[in-house]
Order: sequence, then structure tokens, then C-alpha cells
Amino acid sequence: MITQVSDSLYSQLIKTYGGNLPSAEPRSLDEIRKQAFERFKSTGFPTVKNEDWKYTNIQPLVSQHYELDAEPPLGAFDLDKANLPQLEAYRVVLIDGKYHAGLSDDVSGVPGLTILPIDQAFERLCFAKYFAEFADKTDNPFVALNTALFTSGLFIEAGKNSQVQKPIHIIHVSAARQPVFNQVRNLYVVGAFAEAEIVESFVTDDGAERSLNNLVTEIVVREGAKMQHYYLQTAASQSNYLNHTEIHQEKHSLYNNYNCTFPGPAFVRNNINVRLGDMEVESHLYGVTLTAGNQFVDNHTIVDHLRPHCESYEWYKNITQDTSTAVFNGKIFVRTDAQKTNAFQQNNNMLIGEKSAVYTKPQLEIFADDVKCSHGCTIGQFDNEALFYLQARGISEAQARILLVHAFAFDVTSRFANTAVREYVEHLVEEGL
Amino acid sequence: MLRIKNLHASIDNKEILKGLDLEVKAGEVHAIMGPNGSGKSTLGNVLAGRDAYEVTAGEVWLDGKDLLELSPEDRAREGVFLAFQYPVEIPGVSNINFLKTALNEIRAYKGLPPLEAREFLNRVKEKQKLVEFDAKLANRSLNEGFSGGEKKRNEIFQLAMLEPKLGILDETDSGLDIDALRIVARGVNQLRSSNNAFIVITHYQRLLEYIVPDFVHVLYKGRIVRSGTKELALELEEKGYDWIKDTVDAEGAV
Repeated sequence: MITQVSDSLYSQLIKTYGGNLPSAEPRSLDEIRKQAFERFKSTGFPTVKNEDWKYTNIQPLVSQHYELDAEPPLGAFDLDKANLPQLEAYRVVLIDGKYHAGLSDDVSGVPGLTILPIDQAFERLCFAKYFAEFADKTDNPFVALNTALFTSGLFIEAGKNSQVQKPIHIIHVSAARQPVFNQVRNLYVVGAFAEAEIVESFVTDDGAERSLNNLVTEIVVREGAKMQHYYLQTAASQSNYLNHTEIHQEKHSLYNNYNCTFPGPAFVRNNINVRLGDMEVESHLYGVTLTAGNQFVDNHTIVDHLRPHCESYEWYKNITQDTSTAVFNGKIFVRTDAQKTNAFQQNNNMLIGEKSAVYTKPQLEIFADDVKCSHGCTIGQFDNEALFYLQARGISEAQARILLVHAFAFDVTSRFANTAVREYVEHLVEEGL
Repeated sequence: MLRIKNLHASIDNKEILKGLDLEVKAGEVHAIMGPNGSGKSTLGNVLAGRDAYEVTAGEVWLDGKDLLELSPEDRAREGVFLAFQYPVEIPGVSNINFLKTALNEIRAYKGLPPLEAREFLNRVKEKQKLVEFDAKLANRSLNEGFSGGEKKRNEIFQLAMLEPKLGILDETDSGLDIDALRIVARGVNQLRSSNNAFIVITHYQRLLEYIVPDFVHVLYKGRIVRSGTKELALELEEKGYDWIKDTVDAEGAV
């Protein structure tokens, strides 16, 4: 039997960085990087034999050559693609993960808010306290790789008791003119009783080459804090994303994630893990995925109830067109200590393309005995009766389809707290059909 | 207004309509009666353009337009309205948004600008009153949670809103109690004018006591075998469909 070694990115990484990891003060980070690199080295990239990657074959992506740590191109970037009409926000622009001061708003005068390129945050107390404390506890090899090798990303802190006035709009631009492997690392800390709203857009600059973007974001929502978090994935087909988000919540905190993916990027894998680490925590995960062409979008979520009296609510909708594929995997853990948990999960799928596919796997593991957990999952297609009914009232077939897809997504889009984002997403749904 | 000539239609290769002729003039109400399986609902669906039915021969003209050439939405825009026997529930599509979209698409087809929000809402209010349809529509999904009677009344309300030339009521009386039947009939009578026409498809003579037709046709084995005035409906009620079946089958045997 021949073991096929097709990971050219793996050998490239080992050759380039073995014993030569990025280094900076403080030295404690060096040790974390070294250990993470060893972890990655031993596991390598996951294959479809790994249950968490069963439907998600990354071999074609990692068997290609990329430039590592390439400098982003100079010049103007068209940010219109990420423009949300009616969203008043502090804008932060990352070009291939690197903070672009010229395109970003200066927030130094905003009370309680700190936004820094992550390499300028290494000395901060809360960086030392939280960095690699959460995401690296998972067995995702891409997190280990990111921890070992990231050089860019963002640090955001909303200070204790602060109410950040406007949402923070982070625009991730994929721009490199050569094939590139980007590793971006973010750390967001919402201080005790603070409130913050973060909207993240993913776009591809015209003329960008293919890219593989490995993003890891760690989020700490401290006691009594509230965070609204939107992902708006609207990049183009040459951009590919591995996006791991690890959220740790302290008591009485609220975290809402709205994860939206639209036709465009050829490959998207999101891991969104919420750890409800103390009592009276509330978490909401919403997702709308509309795929087209030959797109592949995989959303893996974990809702981890560690302590009693917490509530989680998860609702994901997939709409697949053409020959695209969507994957949903929703794990809910209710640990022994997590009595009086109230957990809800729902996943609905509408297959529009006759050759499109959906793989869905709700997965509940409950170790406590006094809990309320419910989950449901449906797979369906366009209701032709409904379509004809609308047409028989003079509504064009195209418009009728839009109405029906809106109706399908409504359970999720109606939960968006921010109406500007909601309208934008509804518009993208229309455009994507 | 409507001219149907030698219409043949089939579903799953089974011929249902076998040479149907019918002419409807503006201002008229035609009742189509007939036993189960005679092709009554097929006629309504073929006119509205449901694609499960295949028209194999014949012509249908609506004011000089070849109806069979048009998509379902264009037929609606030209003024055909089918009140469904089983109105569909569409969760997530609001009644109001649906009506506004339908109305404005029909207006756009006719080269008219969309209705102003206020104008539209006034019209909703006015027509709801006209057809005595008092269900709360705002913030409710299309037909969702409506009783059988409410769904049928919603069809008549939509008809009032869209003001079609030709209203086809496909067994609108089925599943209605006597009070709801009266209300539906009153609504239709309010909407009758010299500019529009109705085809009322029904099993029973009962509805025709309230919506008095100008002509009654009996459909049997895919063809109109008897035509007459409202007295024909009474005769049918009295003698039953077997009377038609026997006489027609006997004629066929000769």
C-alpha cells in the first residue's frame, strides 16, 4: 500500500518554519508557538477519515503551493463590496489579515474601546491572560498551525462597563496578487458589563489571486457583558476560508452570532464554538447559508453547556443551488454540572439545485439529568404548489422564488438585532438567487 | 371575452378534457357543473396555466390574446384569476407583502406605477369591507392558521384587490358552512360588473342560489354535454347526475 503524500503545503511549512518560528517579545509567546507547532507537526492536515472533516476534503487546497507571509499589495482597494448601506460603524480594514491604518477609522478617542493590530497587543495583560487559552484546547489542527505561525490580526477590547456607541465593522480583504496562505489571529475581549457589536465582512479585491485564509478568533465575553457578532461572507471564488471562532462566556453574559454565507468563495469552513463557562449565560447562534455554483460551505458549531441555568438557541438555514454543497454539524454538550440547561437547535435545508447536496448532523451529548433540550432538522425543496399559487396572482417566477426563499430564511433573518445588517442580508439573498 | 375551442388536455398522459367549447362574454356568469372526475377542476387549472396539465389540442382566447401561449403570471396579469379549491399556506410570506407584490407586478405589466403605501392600505381596507373579510392580515403569513372558510374568503378578497377580467371559482363552496357561503356569494355579487365575467365551478346547486348564473353547463367525460339557464341546475339537483350520464351515454351508444 502506498501512502500518498500530497500535502505540499505541509512540507513547505515544516521546511520553512521548523526551528524558525516567528518571534517577538514576550518570550512566553515563543513557547506557546513552539508547542502549537509540534502539535500541528504531529497531526498534519486533517483528512476525511477524521469525523470532523468527513465531508470536507481539504486535500485539494493544501496540496497547492502558496506564498507564506506575503506582503499585501500596495495601492487602492475598492471597499464598496463590503459597504453596508445605513450601517454607521467604526471601520477597520485588514488587507490579507494586515491592519491598514489608512483605510481604518481612528478610534483612539472612543471611550473604552481599544483596537490594535494583534502584534502590538502582546504586552497587554488581557492578551497574556486569554491568548491561546481557549481555541488551542480544541483539536483543530488549523488552530495549532495558526497559533504557531500567525503574524497579523486584530486585538479588540471593550473596557469594563463601556458601551461602544457604534458597531465595529471589520472588513477582511483578500487582495494578494500571488497565491497566498494567510494566517490571521484575532482576540476580542468584551469587559465586564460592557456592550459591543462587531460586524465582519469578507471580500475579495478585484485582481486578487487564489488564497487560503486560516483565521482564528478568540472571544471572551466577561461577566454581564453583551456581544452581537455578525459574519458576512461575500468573498469571490478564488478566496478560501478556514474560520475558527472560539467564544468563552462568563456569568450573566450574552453572545449572539449571526453567520451568513453567500455565493462566492469556493470553500468555507466555519467552526464556531461557544463555551458557556458560568451560570446564567445566554448564547444564540444563527446561520443563513445560500450557496451557488460549485461552492462548498461547512458550518461546524459546538455549544458547550458547562454550568447550570444557561440557555442556548441555535437556528441554521441552508439553501443550496446548482451543484453546491452545504454541511451543518451542530454539537451540543450538556455537562454533568449543567443542570437546568435549556438548549434548542434547529437546522432547515432547502435544496434548490437538483444536483446540490446537504450533509447535516445534529449531535447532542447530555450528561445532566434535569435539562430541556430540543432539536430538529428538515430537508426539503421548493414547494411547487406555493410557486404556482404566487404565479397565479401575477407574481413572476423569479420574484416568487425570492419570496419563498425569504420566507424560508425568515425564522433566522427576523432575529437579527441590527436592522441595517438584516436589510443588507435580505438584499444579498435576493442577489444570490 | 373568453373563447375556448375544442380544448383537449391531459395529465400524466391521461386525457381529461376531450374537446371542450365555451364562450363567455363580459358581464356574464357561467356555472360549470358535473359529476366527480368530469374535468371541472382541470378546466380551471388549465386556464390558470398549471404546468402539470398538458394541452394537446384546441385554443383559448382571452380578448384576442392566445392564453395558452402565456405563463401563469402573464395570464394573471391579463386578467385571469383562479380562486383555488385548496388555497396554499405559505409561512413567512406576509399577506400584505404578497398582495402588494402581486398588485404592483400586475400594474407594472399594464404600465402603471406602483401604488403608494397609503393608497394600497386604503384599498385593502375598502375591499376587506366589500367582501366582508375581517381577518387581521397585518403581520400574518399568507393563509397560515386560517380556517378553511377564511382561506376561501381570502381568495375572494384577493380577487377584489386584483380586479381581474375573468374570475374562476374552483369549488369555492366546498367546505363552507351556510353562513360563510352567503358571505362569499355576497362578495362575488358585489364584484360583478359589465366589464368582468365569472366561471363558477361547483358540484352543487346550492351556491347558485346565491350567485345566480346566466348560463349553466354540464361537464361530463371532458366535454360540455348540456347547456342551459339556471333552471338546468335545478333539474340536475332534482334528477341527479345519473340522469345526465344515462342520457349522454345512451346518445353515445347510438
